[in-house]
Amino acid sequence: MRPKALALGCAALATALVLSGCGSGTASGGKTKLTIGLFGNFGYAELLKEYAAAHPDVEISDRTASYSDHHKNLAAHLATSSGAADIEAVDTGYINQFKATPDKFVDLNTKGGDQLKDRWLPWKWEGSLSKDGKQIGYGTDVGGLAICYRRDLLQNAGLPADRDQVAALWPTWQDFMAAGKKFQEKAPEGVKWFDGGPTVLNAIVGQASVGYYDKTDKIVVGDNKEIKAGWDLVVDGVNSGLSAKLLYSTPVWNTGFKQGQFATVTCPAWQMAKIKDQAGPEAAGKWDVTSVPGGGGNWGGSYLTVPKSGKNVDKAVELAAWLTAPEQQAKVFKSAGLLPSIPKLYEDPSIVEYKNPYFNDAPIGKLFTDAAKKLNPQYQGPKAGDIQTAIGNAMQRVEQGKQNGQDSWNQFVGDVQK
Amino acid sequence: MVLMDKATRRHRWDMKFAPYGYVAPYFLIFGVFGLFPLLYTIWVSLQERNLLDEAAARIIWFDNYAKLMADPYFWNAMGNTLSLWLLTTVPQILFALFIAQLLNRKVRTRTLFRMGVILPNITSVAAVTIIFAQLFGRDFGLFNWLLGLFGAGQIDWQAGTASSHIAIAVMVVWRWTGYHALIFLASMQAISSSLYEAATLDGASGRQQFWRITVPLLRPQIIFTTIIATTGNMRLLAEPLLFNPGAAAATGGSDRQFQTAALYLYEQGFTKYDFGYSSSIAVVLAIATVIVAGIGYLVTKRIRTE
Repeated sequence: MRPKALALGCAALATALVLSGCGSGTASGGKTKLTIGLFGNFGYAELLKEYAAAHPDVEISDRTASYSDHHKNLAAHLATSSGAADIEAVDTGYINQFKATPDKFVDLNTKGGDQLKDRWLPWKWEGSLSKDGKQIGYGTDVGGLAICYRRDLLQNAGLPADRDQVAALWPTWQDFMAAGKKFQEKAPEGVKWFDGGPTVLNAIVGQASVGYYDKTDKIVVGDNKEIKAGWDLVVDGVNSGLSAKLLYSTPVWNTGFKQGQFATVTCPAWQMAKIKDQAGPEAAGKWDVTSVPGGGGNWGGSYLTVPKSGKNVDKAVELAAWLTAPEQQAKVFKSAGLLPSIPKLYEDPSIVEYKNPYFNDAPIGKLFTDAAKKLNPQYQGPKAGDIQTAIGNAMQRVEQGKQNGQDSWNQFVGDVQK
Repeated sequence: MVLMDKATRRHRWDMKFAPYGYVAPYFLIFGVFGLFPLLYTIWVSLQERNLLDEAAARIIWFDNYAKLMADPYFWNAMGNTLSLWLLTTVPQILFALFIAQLLNRKVRTRTLFRMGVILPNITSVAAVTIIFAQLFGRDFGLFNWLLGLFGAGQIDWQAGTASSHIAIAVMVVWRWTGYHALIFLASMQAISSSLYEAATLDGASGRQQFWRITVPLLRPQIIFTTIIATTGNMRLLAEPLLFNPGAAAATGGSDRQFQTAALYLYEQGFTKYDFGYSSSIAVVLAIATVIVAGIGYLVTKRIRTE
């Protein structure tokens, strides 16, 4: 009796284990099954179909999560060496945390990556290079900066709507805030100048010559006068009632696009895809794009990594290289607006002359390639993503009236130095 | 003779060992999914360990705990946990008693009502939280709209400590009250009606009967639900996490005003990758849950017939 019961118990246990450890490498019919884990909108839907059509032996499925869920799940999957997709996208804010443990990823340099190196902007290539020279990811896009604005709202408030005239309103962020105060005087109830303090602040931080870290990975944001000046400026804007007080990439922020709660939003190139998704077809032509105050700068941009735990790393590396190749990055720029990380494309006429119909035919090709050429790469430290979250929280405390600007700044500096 | 002897021996052997065989599956599964993670968490809590870098882990004994005791954000999270425990557990049980009392009457379509109260419980917690977060929205939320009808100002529910705790407590209470009500209802039906008849003859009002007969006789169930609710409400994670979606979700508000201990554990483990520290929070939270459940037990044990 006992052995029987034991066997039963083992069978139950085995079932439980099998059920929890699902996922297989080969699909039926001998096809190699590849999964790709993404967040937000990479504009890959068409490309994946194209790749699968050209490679009948490969079957690709993609899964998309929200920005923070995606990166937290990836960490959990890497920690347990199971559950990660064959290709995992990683954002600039997290790449440093992941490249600190390069052994969790395939070293792309050993898979021919060193041959492809010259495709990318040098700083993009170095962004995902570990301290011991292992390359953990191929660069997708960079987050060159611009400002997206609502033509109709500006016009109704007596400001120009033409993008060159709008750009002339704000050579600097001070001018941007001054224009905002003019706007706010005539703005209808419930419409604010910008979406939220953290969004504007991220752009200003992205333009600074030194960000949260110095090059020795020491956190220096507490003494960074450039960032503190930006902070004070945004706090002043918030206190003057220019902010809709919506935190970027949240459901309420998405609703803000639908309801038209704000007239401008800081637009790293990837933001355009989000605006189009959230504001929807009924807002087509209302939005326009113009240059950002203060000149170049970067916010975000991503990499495609290949976790070592995958079962088909070679096929995955091949796909990652294909997706990040110049031809594909050019297509993604036209379909989703993601700015290529490939300098060669910044001279390519089909890119430079590209206009986006959704954004009132804004010449985004010219606008963003100019931004990319001016872009002054900033060193990102190991926990830049965490610090960006903390400074966002700090700005929200001011917006919510929980603290004044100085107290909130002090708390932020104390938090990140821990 | 020989044959019978063999059979008796086998029978005796059966009697002796078979019971262990029957309970073995439970203990095996408990060992794998309960005991092992528990012991392993304690083991990890004694280490300095990066979530992604097991090889570099080193034992530091009780340093994580020393750091934890001096960490103001941990105590903030524990305070929030206790506040939410109180705001969820007490109303949950009072509402459940009340609803069970209502359902215990002979109303029409009572099966429908009885099944209806369990519905919130079988809904996905993520779906519930996302919808409630919208209802509690600052600009376009239903609750603020209702408040607006009465001329009250808009509340930024996520921003304040009290307002955010109330919002989260509403989600938890809404989800769990029906479950507890069904447990109470089942026991109420087992109470002999002669007790109520006798009380009615003695002139006791309905309210007196409820507090003097029903509640004291439900004491074992109240103790049970208090402990179940406590263990659940002391580790609230999904509600505060999804109440504030976005990159900063794990901090539970801009000033950690609704970050529970479980959420702090999540933040340390999965955004800061401090696996050791996160494990020590888990251990302390487990101990705190046992203590609070013990207090709940002592309080509910005092319910008795006068």
